[in-house]
Amino acid sequence: MIAQELYDLLKTTFSDGILEAKLDGVIDPWVSVAPDRILDVARFLRDDERTQFDLLTLLSGVDMTKGTLAAVYHLYSMKRNHKIVLKTFVPETHPHVQSVASIWRTADWQEREAFDMYGMIFDGHPDLRRILMPDDWDGHPLRKDYQVPEFYNGMKVPY
Amino acid sequence: MDATLTEVEKGRRPTTIPGLGRALRTEEMVISMGPQHPSTHGVLRLDIVVDGEIVADVIPRIGYLHRCFEKHCEHMANYQQVIPYVDRLDYVAAMSNEFGYVVAMEKMLKIQVPERVEYIRVIMAEFSRIVSHLIAIGTYGLDIGAWTPFLYCMRDREHVLDIFEETCGARLLYNYMWIGGLSHDVKPTFKDKVLEFCKYFRPNIKELNDLLSYNKIFIDRTASVGVLPGDVAVNFGVSGPVLRGSGVQWDIRKNDPYSIYNRFDFDIPFGKGEKGKVGDCWDRYMVRVHEMEQSVNIIEQAAKQLPEGDVQSAIPKRISPNASGPRRVRYTCAPRPRRASWGTTSYPTGEVDR
Repeated sequence: MIAQELYDLLKTTFSDGILEAKLDGVIDPWVSVAPDRILDVARFLRDDERTQFDLLTLLSGVDMTKGTLAAVYHLYSMKRNHKIVLKTFVPETHPHVQSVASIWRTADWQEREAFDMYGMIFDGHPDLRRILMPDDWDGHPLRKDYQVPEFYNGMKVPY
Repeated sequence: MDATLTEVEKGRRPTTIPGLGRALRTEEMVISMGPQHPSTHGVLRLDIVVDGEIVADVIPRIGYLHRCFEKHCEHMANYQQVIPYVDRLDYVAAMSNEFGYVVAMEKMLKIQVPERVEYIRVIMAEFSRIVSHLIAIGTYGLDIGAWTPFLYCMRDREHVLDIFEETCGARLLYNYMWIGGLSHDVKPTFKDKVLEFCKYFRPNIKELNDLLSYNKIFIDRTASVGVLPGDVAVNFGVSGPVLRGSGVQWDIRKNDPYSIYNRFDFDIPFGKGEKGKVGDCWDRYMVRVHEMEQSVNIIEQAAKQLPEGDVQSAIPKRISPNASGPRRVRYTCAPRPRRASWGTTSYPTGEVDR
């Protein structure tokens, strides 16, 4: 299936959950999904006979600046040999996205990383805690407005 | 079957003492395994919940080796400066790291690199795969008590590192593949040396098989051990030789080709459960051995077809993510334009996404 067909299929199945799409970009074509529908869309994409996306290659967090965060899902179907990128945009003030860890286990650690680095909260994640930074770290380091702290637990952080 | 045995098979410690007939109070214990020394590479801590000698649960903690690559790269003045960093992500196969990064960057900047560059990159990446697999195989044997194959692997690895050193002056961290080209063209003797290596290395794989792969002790210790089923591997996003060892015939070089991999004739080795079950340790090991054979095939084809040309003609004069914006301020991140690129390339230990 090419990206246009996938988009049409998603649009007819989840009319209100699919927000926008960019299918002719330089980089891979992507479809934007509402943050509270991503779990349904993911389950549909994995289980439907026509799509069969069995592999979540990468889940990453992105700070889009201007108060918006994004979760980006690169999906691949080994059986059908096609791919699509899903994006979910959430405001920094309420960064809640549905977790897809129950669909693809890859998402487990990668959602934890997105939480650690960008502060995105994945609702329904089995064990959402920091994965790379220490547990008592303040802030989310890859946010664009992040200030590197001068002290960590009273110790000076050398630059 | 004996009742005690069944409990062990279920993954529980037997709670009754045979012959005594009464229950023994047991409790689980949490043992922190690692991290060893801060300078040890690949430091990992495992919180292991043990019930007697049976591991009931494992909680991995992986942050000890977090070196903030993304944060460092944010502070770079341009994309080119990131390349020495990607070398260090995995210093056993630095060329493959660079390959993944430059492919993603060239996709974003819409750069078409010269043919000669593509061929040299493929040769280098496949050499990198051989080097990485030799270490994997050698140390794997070493860890279960086979000392000699390790030395043989290291000996062959040296030959590849010599070719790397002659080309770019470095043995481990190359900074060789640049966005749009290469840092140096190869030496005039390169082609002959590569072909000579292919001729030299093929019999050595056979020797390695005789020494280690089909050794009865080795098979006994690895066959039917640590079985990873194919569907579980896919669901967990496993890639590379581990995935192929589980019997999934999947290789990004064939299934979603990048660079010029579609021009070469090679097979995808995958686990067949020859000595035990599909996806056991022996399968994962053997996939690596077969992949080295295939890499030699690719290298030989690429070296024979290697075209002439300038390897630096497509390198852009100026690449900066934010040429007109303010210079970065210390401790804060300069706003960057919303451009993201993503490339997937095959890598000795799996796919890399940059």
